[in-house]
Order: sequence, then C-alpha cells, then structure tokens
Amino acid sequence: MSGNHQTLTLVLFSAVILVTLAITSWASRRRHGSPEEFYAGGRLFSPMENGFAIAGDYMSAASFLGISGVIALYGYDGMLYSVGFLVAWLVVLFLVAELVRNCGRFTLADVVAARMRERPVRIASGISSVTVSVMYLVAQMVGAGSLVALLLGGASGSARSWTVIGVGALMIVYVSCGGMRATTWIQIVKAVLLLGGALTLTVLVLVRFGGDLGSLLSTAAERSGHGRDFLAPGLRYGGEWTHRLDFISLGLALVLGTAGLPHILSRFYTVPTARAARRSVVWSIGLIGVFYLMTIVLGFGAAALLGGGAVRESDPAGNTAVPLLSLELGGGAGSTGGPVLFAVVAAVAFATILAVVAGITLASSASVAHDLYASLSRRGTRGEVGVARVAAVGVGIAAIGLGLLAQQLNVAFLVGLAFAVAAAANLPVLLYALFWRRFTTRGAVWAVYGGLVPAIVLVLLSPVVSGGPGALFPQVDFAVFPLENPGLIAIPLGFLAGWLGTVTSREPADEAKHAETEVRSLTGAGAV
Amino acid sequence: MIFCVCPSLGMRTDDPWHDALASGWGDDDARPAAPPRSDRVEKRGEPVDAHAAVYLTVQRSAAFQQVRRRHRRFVLPVSAAFLVWYLAYVVTATVAPGLMSRPVAGVLNVAMVAGLAQFASTFLLTWAYVRHARLRRDQLALELRWETQDMARLQAAAQIPAQTAGSAQAPAQSAPVRGGAARRADPRAAPRSESRAARRTDSRANAPAPRTAWETMP
Repeated sequence: MSGNHQTLTLVLFSAVILVTLAITSWASRRRHGSPEEFYAGGRLFSPMENGFAIAGDYMSAASFLGISGVIALYGYDGMLYSVGFLVAWLVVLFLVAELVRNCGRFTLADVVAARMRERPVRIASGISSVTVSVMYLVAQMVGAGSLVALLLGGASGSARSWTVIGVGALMIVYVSCGGMRATTWIQIVKAVLLLGGALTLTVLVLVRFGGDLGSLLSTAAERSGHGRDFLAPGLRYGGEWTHRLDFISLGLALVLGTAGLPHILSRFYTVPTARAARRSVVWSIGLIGVFYLMTIVLGFGAAALLGGGAVRESDPAGNTAVPLLSLELGGGAGSTGGPVLFAVVAAVAFATILAVVAGITLASSASVAHDLYASLSRRGTRGEVGVARVAAVGVGIAAIGLGLLAQQLNVAFLVGLAFAVAAAANLPVLLYALFWRRFTTRGAVWAVYGGLVPAIVLVLLSPVVSGGPGALFPQVDFAVFPLENPGLIAIPLGFLAGWLGTVTSREPADEAKHAETEVRSLTGAGAV
Repeated sequence: MIFCVCPSLGMRTDDPWHDALASGWGDDDARPAAPPRSDRVEKRGEPVDAHAAVYLTVQRSAAFQQVRRRHRRFVLPVSAAFLVWYLAYVVTATVAPGLMSRPVAGVLNVAMVAGLAQFASTFLLTWAYVRHARLRRDQLALELRWETQDMARLQAAAQIPAQTAGSAQAPAQSAPVRGGAARRADPRAAPRSESRAARRTDSRANAPAPRTAWETMP
C-alpha cells in the first residue's frame, strides 16, 4: 500500500465529511425546531427517497465488508447472513410498516402506549429502544475504528481510538444540528454511493469471468482451498452442536430483529401516509435485495481472484476482502486504477459508517426525549426537541466511551446481539399491541422486560463475557449459557412474558382504545 | 450538490393518493378554533365517551370488518409460511449440510438453489402483498378513513359548550358536506386533490399545524 493511495484515501474521506457537513448545515438552516421537523424531517419525503434512506440505514459496513469477507473465507455460510437480513423485510412489510405509520408519531412507544396506561409502557419501551440502539451503535463504532485503521494501513491502537472519537463527534453534529432531515439526506447519498460502488465492482468481477457465474463459483471453490465444500454450508457453523444452535439462534434474531430496530421504525414517520410507507419498504426491499446479491458475487469473486490465503493474511476476519478485491480489479497495486478503486471503496465504506451511526443516534435521542423525558419529567412534552438535541450529544458520548472500551469485541457478535435484543424486547410488544385484542398494560410491560432482561442476562452468562480465551473477562468463568446469541431463548421468552402478563392482568384491556388503535392502524384515520 | 433538491410538494402532486390520504392536516381547519380539543386535554387518560364511540362504531361496521379480514387473511398465513420456509432453510443448512451439498446442475448444489429461492420468494411475496393491498384494501380503507374522520369531527363539534354554539354550528354542518359524499365518490379526483394539496401547504406554513383529536392521545 503506497503513500499515494493513502493520500487519495484521505482526500476522499475528507470529501465525504465535507459533503455530509454541507447537508447538515443546509438542513439545519431550515429547521423550525418542531418535533415534526426534528424527529420526522417534516414527514414529506417521497417513498423513493425514504426507500433509499431505509436501505442506507440498513446496509451497514458490516454488510458490505463483513458479509463479503465471510463469503470469501467460508463460502456458502456467509450467504446465510444475506438471506436472513433480506427475509426480515417481509416481517417489516407485512406486519409492521403501514400499521406503525398509521398509529404512531415518532417512536415505537407511541404505538404501544396509545392503548395502554401510558407511563409504564412508555418507560419500558423507551429503555429497551435506547438499549438496542446503544448496542448497535457501539457495534458500528467499533467496526469504524478497526475498518479505518485497516484501510489506512496503520492498525495502531491510537488510530482506532481517534477514529471512534471522530466518528462519534461527527454523528453528534449531524443529529443534534440537522435532525431527521439531515440524517435522511446523508442516508440517501450514502445509499447511492454504496450501491454504485458495489455495482461497479460486481460488473468488473463478472467481466473478468466473461459473465459466466458457473466458472466464477468453481474458480472460487478451487482457490479457496476448501474445494466443493466451499459452496455448501458447514465450513463455519458446522462441527459442534453449540455452534449449530448458535447459528439457528442468530438466524432467528436476524429475521425477527429488523422489525424491532428503533431506527428502522422511525423511518416510516418521514413519509406522509401508510401507503407511502409501504412503497418505501418496497423500494428498500428491492435495493437491499440487489445489494445482498451483489455482496455474494463480490465474496465469491474475492475468493476466486485473490484466493482464501491472501484474504486471511490481510485480516483474519475477512473484512478487507472487498478493498483488496477492488485493488485487484483496478489492475493491481502497481497500476493507477487499482489504488484509485481501492480509495473509492474505502471512502464508500467510511460514508456507510457515518450514515448508519447518525440514523441510530437520532432514533435513540428520540426515545430518550420523547419517551423517557416526556414521561418522567413534570414539564411533559415542552422543550422536547431541545432535550432530544442534548440527548443526541449524551448518547453519542456514551457510545464513544463504550466503543473505546469494547474495541476488542467481535463486531458481528455485537450486531447479532443488538438484533436479538430488538427481536426479544421490541417485536413481541409491538405485534401484540397491533394484533391482540386482550393485550393489557401489564402484558406490555412484561413483554418488554421479559425479553430485554433474559437477553442481557444470557449474554452476561455466555462464553462471550467469561470463560474463554476470546472473552471479555478471560480469567474468570461464569459462562453457564453455552450459546453466544441469546435469540433462541430470549425471543420466545419475550412473547411468553407478554402473554403471561396479559392473562394474569386484573384490569381488562381497554376496549375503546383497542378499537381506536385497530381502526387507525388499518385505515389511517386521524394519522399525523 | 445534486441531492440538495428540496423535497418539495411539487415532486409529489402526480401521486393522487399522496395528498388524498394525508388528510388530518388541512381538514381540521373545519373545526372550531375557539376551544381547541379542550375535552381531550383536560380528561387526559380517561376515556372520552363520544370520541371512543366513534371508533367503536367504525370497528363494528361491516366495512371495517371486511378490511380487517382481508388484511389478516393475507398477512397472517403468508407470514407464517415464509417464516417456516426461512427457518426450515436455516435449520437444514446447519443440521444437514450433507443434504444441502448435493449437486443439482453444474456447480449449483441444493444449498445454492435454496438460497437463491429465498431471494426469489422474498421478491415474489413483496409483489403479491403490494398487489393485494392495492386491489383489495386501499380503496375500502380510504373510504373508512374519511368516514371516521368526519364522524370524529362531528362529535368534536357537538361537544362545544353552549356559549360558542353559534360559531360551532357552521363547521359542524359543513364538515360532512365537504368531506362526505363528494370525496367518497372518487378519491382520485384531480381538482380536489390539488386544492387539498394547497390547503395542506397552507396549514404547514402556519407554525403550529392544526391537529386531529388523536394528537393528544399518545
């Protein structure tokens, strides 16, 4: 990696930062300071714009670099991720998007609290939303640190730390100054850049193989060092039963977690109607589906053109497979094209991280201000936007701190964990509130805590935290739960707790409020 | 900066549903301004009978039951089906990799075909859902939306105290005329959708946008 290409990479990184800051200052000039503007960007985005923004929120650097890298190293097992991440959108489309748009205003808690006693439900949902967001945020920040360190060549500890701090500072500026409008436009720009970058590389890979996918796959299998096994599952998640169960747990968390991610739910409020929300999900399914198909081609392309050994040598987790592939596709390290393409891909990955963290910070600041502050404070909803701006700073600083502490943790694990907690704590309460007539306040509170607490306790008792060489505290051993991902146990527990709380409830469900929620969710009457 | 195009209303007036569905902003200028939603604010947390009655009536109506039945009859079985299909795929891949590695044609094995079939089924079900919603639900739901909002407006107007009755009468009577028959006849009618878009812009320009009664709910 020459000095020239590092300079070019830095120039492109600076360009990304300048463009995003320009969007932020443009968006913040026209702010009115209303909650509608700050949380929902004025609710006037078109389905296509919102579809790109949703895709931008969802396609993290973990997808672009991580999944392609896993495919490059382990072949087929990486594809299981792509499938899970995509199928999850059917849950969002069928069960969540339109109904949430119709009966909520800014957050998940709006939908649930509308038919319950407001305070306990709002506090519970607020806590779980903030927890999920912060976990996801830490995952992205840790990923940013190691990614930038890898891309810039200097893998030193201080480079990582400063990257985490810099990314955190930028996201605080985007969110607290620009609100949802700036965040959405940053997502859109990032989605276009990411899809453009992935498309360019995919086309170049296909051109190398003359459009023959069969020869791409067989070359990949040959050069990976695994032969035919490379094209079948089991290389990564085979072997011990705990590994296999762990993967099933992760698969469940991926498919059910998306519909409970606060930053995805808040995106539906940026369009004017439920029908627009539906159409934006259709756009995003199309974009995300095409993107994951391209990551599969890129992963197998990296295995075929670079070979498994070269990918593993650069980064044992495979995260640099796509940047290396771009260097190769551009003509190699000594050429002009190679380093240029490498720098472009690195800048796209950087833009991806900035956009994703901004979206999550906004969602968690909305939960803090709109759910927690408004319920706990005597002042109610007055000055809520100011609180949200301050909350964005607070969440950002907390995420920087945790990101610095968690630098040694595996990023994919953190993402899987955030999805598992979202699926266990947010999805049951949301589905019950929308579809179950008898659901009560106690059921709602139990559903949230009944998913959230087991998920976190199981993680604390898992081999990730103690007992192994790769654990957070390797010297002690209290890992009584064998799986790394708590989804398999915690998600059913969340549903069970919601049911149990409802049937043991002394007060019956409020029939009139249920009627209101049902009519509003399906017709859009009185939607804001 | 090509992305700094203002997301203005102009880009969206070609979508007749957009402004038709997004009522609740402009519509409320029909409500009397003097005692705004006082009933809801003061009795926060308690059920307001008249308001609740509107939604209970709509919920029990045959039209609403039909919308709900059509939604659930599609969404629930199809969700169950694709979740089972996805879980079967994940479980087979982890538990029976031998089965998944059987060759089908050329380099393609069962696992590859199943993975691509997951992509294909996701795209197919997305298309089917959108088609079902457009053809079987949207029109009915839209009519119900106007009806419900008209009823809620009438209720709100009827609850105005006697001293403001004079000013409240007019909007209360005009509401069903404006919102009722003409609107239901053809929600896509172009002239109205333009005027609604214009009204909507106006209401957004005045800083505190008028709200529906529901606004105070959450």
